[in-house]
Amino acid sequence: MAQTSTIARGGDTSPAPARHRSGRPRRRGALSPKAVPYVLLIPGLLVIAALLLYPLYQMADMSLHKVGLRQIRPNPQPAEFVGLGNFTQVFEADLFWTSLRNTVVFAAVTVALTLVAGTLVGLLLHRLGKKMSAFLIVGIMAAWATPPTASAIIWKWLFDSDAGVVNWMLDLLPDGVSSLLFGRSDWSGHPWLNDATTIYLVLVVAVTWASFPFIAVSVLAGLKSIPSELYEAARVDGSTPVKTFTRITFPLLKPVFSVLLVLSIIWDFKVFTQLYVLAGGTTNREAFNLSLWAYTEAFSAPPKMGIGAAIAVLLTAIMLVITAVYVRQIVRTEDVR
Amino acid sequence: MNPRTAKRLRGFGLNGLAVAVFLVAVFPVYWMVATAFKPNDEIFTTRFIPFPLAPTFDHVSRVLTKGVAGHSIWQYLANSAVVAVGTVLIGSLFALLAATAVARFRFRFRTSFLILLLIVQMVPGEALLIPLFLMVRRLGMYDQLIGLIVVNVGFTLPFAIWMLRTFVAAVPKELEEAAAIDGAGRFVTFWRVLFPLVAPGLVATSIFSFITAWNELVFALTLINDQGKYTMPVALQFFTSQRSTDWGGIMAASTLMTIPVVAFFLLVQRRMVTGLVAGAVKG
Repeated sequence: MAQTSTIARGGDTSPAPARHRSGRPRRRGALSPKAVPYVLLIPGLLVIAALLLYPLYQMADMSLHKVGLRQIRPNPQPAEFVGLGNFTQVFEADLFWTSLRNTVVFAAVTVALTLVAGTLVGLLLHRLGKKMSAFLIVGIMAAWATPPTASAIIWKWLFDSDAGVVNWMLDLLPDGVSSLLFGRSDWSGHPWLNDATTIYLVLVVAVTWASFPFIAVSVLAGLKSIPSELYEAARVDGSTPVKTFTRITFPLLKPVFSVLLVLSIIWDFKVFTQLYVLAGGTTNREAFNLSLWAYTEAFSAPPKMGIGAAIAVLLTAIMLVITAVYVRQIVRTEDVR
Repeated sequence: MNPRTAKRLRGFGLNGLAVAVFLVAVFPVYWMVATAFKPNDEIFTTRFIPFPLAPTFDHVSRVLTKGVAGHSIWQYLANSAVVAVGTVLIGSLFALLAATAVARFRFRFRTSFLILLLIVQMVPGEALLIPLFLMVRRLGMYDQLIGLIVVNVGFTLPFAIWMLRTFVAAVPKELEEAAAIDGAGRFVTFWRVLFPLVAPGLVATSIFSFITAWNELVFALTLINDQGKYTMPVALQFFTSQRSTDWGGIMAASTLMTIPVVAFFLLVQRRMVTGLVAGAVKG
């Protein structure tokens, strides 16, 4: 951490505890020390409660009601309670299974690719010289900083059927190789963004491109915290790079990796903006993931907000179940500190 | 091969790899900018044209003068800026207070609060959109930039607190105690001692919040109806019609939207890395 040097210089530790325990004179009207953290938390808690928790409750409540245009008009009519009816409807829809599959497969593939690519680049950054490392960080930052809407538009353009760079590159492959690999040799005019499968292919590329930099710099920071003696010892013992990674780097960086894993899962499970742009809005139903489906049900005419809410509840529940183990682990290591 | 040559070769290979990764990362961004400066006949071709052969400002000037959807691009950029800056100002203050509580004090609900921070991040924004839409409308903030600011504060706050608390924890407690012994009140201690030392962390979280709010599409799309109040991500959607896309225009506008973010990033790059990483790595 950058501030450690200040600790050494500024921290005069010896006399403090004794005097501290005797307590400073409490001024009149000052808060009791016990109340301070709660007071500090109030504004943040209020925001979280009002803008996240209460809506979350409303979402759950809505998922049990039939909510349509009449219930959201300025003078609303009461919503009819339908129990688990919305959920039954969701499970019975064919779209549920395609959206679920799209959501899960996309997240699994993208999280894996992002973590692997990010870790490899992090390891590379660690081994580079100072200048080269700074140069590469600036480069990957550009990818990271590009707004999701802009980056989705860029990838849409790179994969354009006629003028896209990707089709041009694939056409450069010798015809034999191309036919052997993909079963076709002529790529000009190949549309990528009409079909759900290839939309997701582009989405995987776009999201991985945008998110591996965060993993890379995080891994780099983790690597910097590992004492170099460990690596020297490993080298003396003739350890291979792979062994060094699995025996030293990975175990020591495990907390870092679990945070990165949870965050990646959270981000990739509910990817919306990029899919919305790549799939061209809400018309291609085959390309829905759960987020986009929930949005479409709730906001395209006629609005079925109860159904939308039910889908959102399911998505949140799936994410909670998947990340529960890691969240526990993160919180446990947190308490030690 | 002697060890010196081997080392040099390996260094060469690593640097080559670094250049390759750099190119992969930067190429799409470069391609956006290059397309913005290409005349239409260089845009709509199956040939590969690595850089604008006859560079033109047509798209840029068209976007700057005519805008899109009947409003100037500056209007959209200004709206985005208002939303992003507003989110940063309110969000950072609240985040700093909460982060101080979590990092400095052991209290009963501390762990529960940390779990809460992680869990609320899992809720998909598109889901809360429905209740938030109703709430914002009830509060009379529908179609107002302030409504967007409020919603963005809510969505950036949990991660901002999560990130900032490691910075607060890194400031030695003894400094504050020393100040207290010298008779400084709690507020003075906070303002004079803690605040300056946490400043780099605040910069990092502010940038995070700024970028999130600047980039946000879904809420801006649903909570704003008046075209004059659209933010950039929403405005970008209007370069595409049912039949065609104005690729030159959309690339010029995307570049305009990306420039402030990337510039911001590169300016504070080092702090940003320390900051974001501190949040993820937990010091």
